Amino acid sequence: MSKLLIGKLSDIDIRGSRTVRVKETDLALFRLEDGSVLAIENRCPHKGGLLSEGMVCGTVVHCPLHDWKVDLQSGLVKEPDDGCVMTFDTEIDPEDGAIYITL
Amino acid sequence: MTDSKKLVLIGNGMAGVRAIEHLLKLAPDAYEITIFGAEPHPNYNRIMLSTVLAGSTELKDIIINDWNWYKENSITLHTNQTIKKIDTQRKVVISDSGMEVSYDEVIIATGSKAFMLPIPGADKEGVIAFRDIQDCEKMFSAAKTYKKAAVIGAGLLGLEAARGLLNLGMEVTVIHKHPYIMERQLDEAASLMLRKELEAQGMKFLLSKHSASITGRGRVKELQFTDGSHLATDLIVMAVGIRPNVDLAKSSGIDYNNGILVDDFMNTNIPHVSALGECVEHRGVAYGLVAPLYEQGAVLAKRLAGVETAGYAGSVTSTKLKVSGVDVFSAGRFVETEGSRAMRIQDDVAGTYKKLVIRNGKLVGAVLFGDTADGASLFASIKSGDSIEGREKELLLGISSDLLGKSGGGASRLENMPDDEIVCGCNGVTKGAIGDAVLNKGCHTFGELKACTKASASCGGCKADVEGLLHFYAGDKVGESAKEGICGCTSLGRDEIVEQIQSMRLMTVKEVMHVLDWNNKEGCSKCRPSLNYYLGMLFPEEYVDEKESRFTNERYHANIQKDGTYSVVPRIYGGVTTPADLIKIASVAEKFNVPLVKFTGGQRLDLFGVKKEDLPKMWEELEMASGHAYGKTLRTVKTCVGNTFCRFGTQDAMAMGIKLEKAFERLNAPAKFKLAVSGCPRNCAEATIKDLGVVAIDGAWEIHVGGNAGVKVRACDLLTTVKTEEEVMEWTSAYLQYYRETGQWNERTAHWIDRVGLDTVKKALEKQEDRLALMERVQKALSVTTDPWKEIVDNDELRKNFEPISGPLPV
Ligand SMILES: Cc1cc2nc3c(=O)[nH]c(=O)nc-3n(C[C@H](O)[C@H](O)[C@H](O)COP(=O)(O)OP(=O)(O)OC[C@H]3O[C@@H](n4cnc5c(N)ncnc54)[C@H](O)[C@@H]3O)c2cc1C
Ligand code: SF4
Ligand code: FES
Repeated sequence: MSKLLIGKLSDIDIRGSRTVRVKETDLALFRLEDGSVLAIENRCPHKGGLLSEGMVCGTVVHCPLHDWKVDLQSGLVKEPDDGCVMTFDTEIDPEDGAIYITL
Repeated sequence: MTDSKKLVLIGNGMAGVRAIEHLLKLAPDAYEITIFGAEPHPNYNRIMLSTVLAGSTELKDIIINDWNWYKENSITLHTNQTIKKIDTQRKVVISDSGMEVSYDEVIIATGSKAFMLPIPGADKEGVIAFRDIQDCEKMFSAAKTYKKAAVIGAGLLGLEAARGLLNLGMEVTVIHKHPYIMERQLDEAASLMLRKELEAQGMKFLLSKHSASITGRGRVKELQFTDGSHLATDLIVMAVGIRPNVDLAKSSGIDYNNGILVDDFMNTNIPHVSALGECVEHRGVAYGLVAPLYEQGAVLAKRLAGVETAGYAGSVTSTKLKVSGVDVFSAGRFVETEGSRAMRIQDDVAGTYKKLVIRNGKLVGAVLFGDTADGASLFASIKSGDSIEGREKELLLGISSDLLGKSGGGASRLENMPDDEIVCGCNGVTKGAIGDAVLNKGCHTFGELKACTKASASCGGCKADVEGLLHFYAGDKVGESAKEGICGCTSLGRDEIVEQIQSMRLMTVKEVMHVLDWNNKEGCSKCRPSLNYYLGMLFPEEYVDEKESRFTNERYHANIQKDGTYSVVPRIYGGVTTPADLIKIASVAEKFNVPLVKFTGGQRLDLFGVKKEDLPKMWEELEMASGHAYGKTLRTVKTCVGNTFCRFGTQDAMAMGIKLEKAFERLNAPAKFKLAVSGCPRNCAEATIKDLGVVAIDGAWEIHVGGNAGVKVRACDLLTTVKTEEEVMEWTSAYLQYYRETGQWNERTAHWIDRVGLDTVKKALEKQEDRLALMERVQKALSVTTDPWKEIVDNDELRKNFEPISGPLPV
């Protein structure tokens, strides 16, 4: 397990996303309306769509390619489709807004 | 901002904050804003307290603007501070804790107070109102330890409170001084039906009862009535009315009567002191519903922003009971008086009731019970004041299938109808065709039947008959006729939503979802973009486009491809370019290693396989406008050569095409739309399979509409033939705007025109004054558009979203 400093809160728009590459994995980071940041693997289990490009509704991201819905908290694909993506723990420093990720 | 003036808002409620939101959009920097609120919370949706109490929403879900919003808009918010006095000489407001803040403009929006019956014992513990979050919390905690609740007042609020208390597991008795409940909103017949329904849910009623006193040591124990009877209870909610809160006016020398007196521009008698909301009285009326208060807010915001505005002229209101599980609706003047006539239908079996009150050929009031689907359209008709002469029956009967097919009534008429009789006049659908669709094609819901036969797909006037026939043919096989909304998050359809947005002047996607009670408050990828479109269409100058509610392509202004790369299509007006521009496109393509360059179906160049992070750099070097090859907007105007070179050409097709493309580029629409111009009837630009196609003939232009070569191939219909270029622009503007205003989000013109009917479109555009009015509105929408490519290129904050975060650091 290692903890990495990814960036700061202001790097990501509210209800927006940014991507980051950690070793071999592409991650998508989403900043939700409530201020939290969630990180998942940036690859839709359907046909590999980039989830970072999708629309965020609540805690769900809609894949831009065929509208599969992936829950950002659990990584699970919502009905009627199924599948899952990896999720990563995030931490935000309340002082300076730094975003950390553990993997 | 040294030149900004100081604005103080007193009252952090629905009306006041709404006016501020509006003002921020119109003049974001004009004022330095301070808000005082007596409650400890940020601005929340008071209407939804009923739903919170009923258990379907949580307190945190009804916050309209959270703490952050105030911060982001540089508003100073003082909660838990009650303003005691406005010193209008020194221009300062003074709070109960002694805080003083000076102002250039001050707004009073203190709402109203619940009226508490002045009976002995009304101050005991356990006697409360239903007005704010605190009251809700008191009810929650009472329900944990006590069993019996009494609600005094069977108006809208009282019944909502009673329903909530039932849900909290209490035994609830509603006490009312009138012999029937909700007498202000319902006539006696509807009231009786409502009472029966509520009794079936477990509510008890004591009618024609006057409360005399409340007894109990410390906490309430018993409610005594004037007739000597009494009721044991642990909690009393008083919902007998509200009083405009005029305390501040009283202590500050501001004129008031029932409420604070204001003119049509929300001015009080003291300069620089405005008031709005439930605390005011306008032309003798104090309102207790949000829609009128929002209209007042819009006027006040415009005045404070220095934007010209017509004054507020009062409102017609409508009412809906929100949480009882019973549908009740009333609007306007629904009690018959001299000079008005009423029409009503009542069906005790189905539990529906409908009453229309008509005066001088116009609809002035309506009451609906059991089936309120027509509420919005009836309300619109009341507000518009248009004559309904000749349509009375249609308005009364033209809806509920229950009245025809299911429960007798018109069934025998439908049975005896000959097979070749036309049921749907707009689309010429016969009874036989409907029977065939139901029996042989498996259409078992109204929606399927409509899609398959087009019956009732246009004006909808025959809906009742079509539904009746569906029941007649399908019997028990009729499918679930659950109301289909625009998506799974709501049961409301497009028209209802647009109507509500307009009447309540809802201004953000979130607000629409809250006020219209979305069952998924976060929305989904269907409703969010559609609301974003409708709001922008309705309020082009005020609404701020919500880019997070747009699909990827429109957020990043390029077409996402299957491998996550994007494609770039520079705008080439009319498909006419220059060698210099071609060289530029070619060199950019080479520089960024674009793997594929292709002509599109609409005569433009498409550069495929571009990495997202390269997009802004490419646009910067291209220095061309966005081709919008990705949006629900004007795509391309395809042209042929026309008379410039072609030997057959009768007019200048290229110039016309360029003119159209320049005029309408960037215009948002329910779906993408494509235009074309051909220089003669040989039609080389294939203009008759476009959303709008212009075909030149000798000395005139034909305008063809509603065509499509995509999923649904449809040849255009001829809309009209005109002589001049100006007329082409006028008709095109009017047609596009009419589509923008009536189309459903994601509905191409080909589907739209089949749905609304070519004749409807022709009729709407028939008169020049109507075309000019539509043209003015489309101009307004166009006037606020900008080139998104340029915007992104010039703005680092937007540009950052195209790049990955630079790199993770181990800690
Ligand atoms: C339970 C419930 C259900 C309702 N349902 C509906 C409905 O379905 N449809 C509908 O249209 N309307 C409904 N209403 C009415 C609607 O909520 C009101 O019309 C609307 O909130 C009035 O807005 P306002 O800004 O004038 O007042 P409010 O929203 O009441 O805001 C006034 C605020 O000013 C504060 N204040 C008062 N005095 C001072 C002072 N001196 N200093 C500082 N702050 C002060 C108050 O604490 C309050 O927060 C409902 C109301 C309730 C209580
Ligand atoms: S449509 Fe007519 S004018 Fe245009 S290129 Fe064809 S033949 Fe020529
Ligand atoms: S690739 Fe994500 S939905 Fe198809």
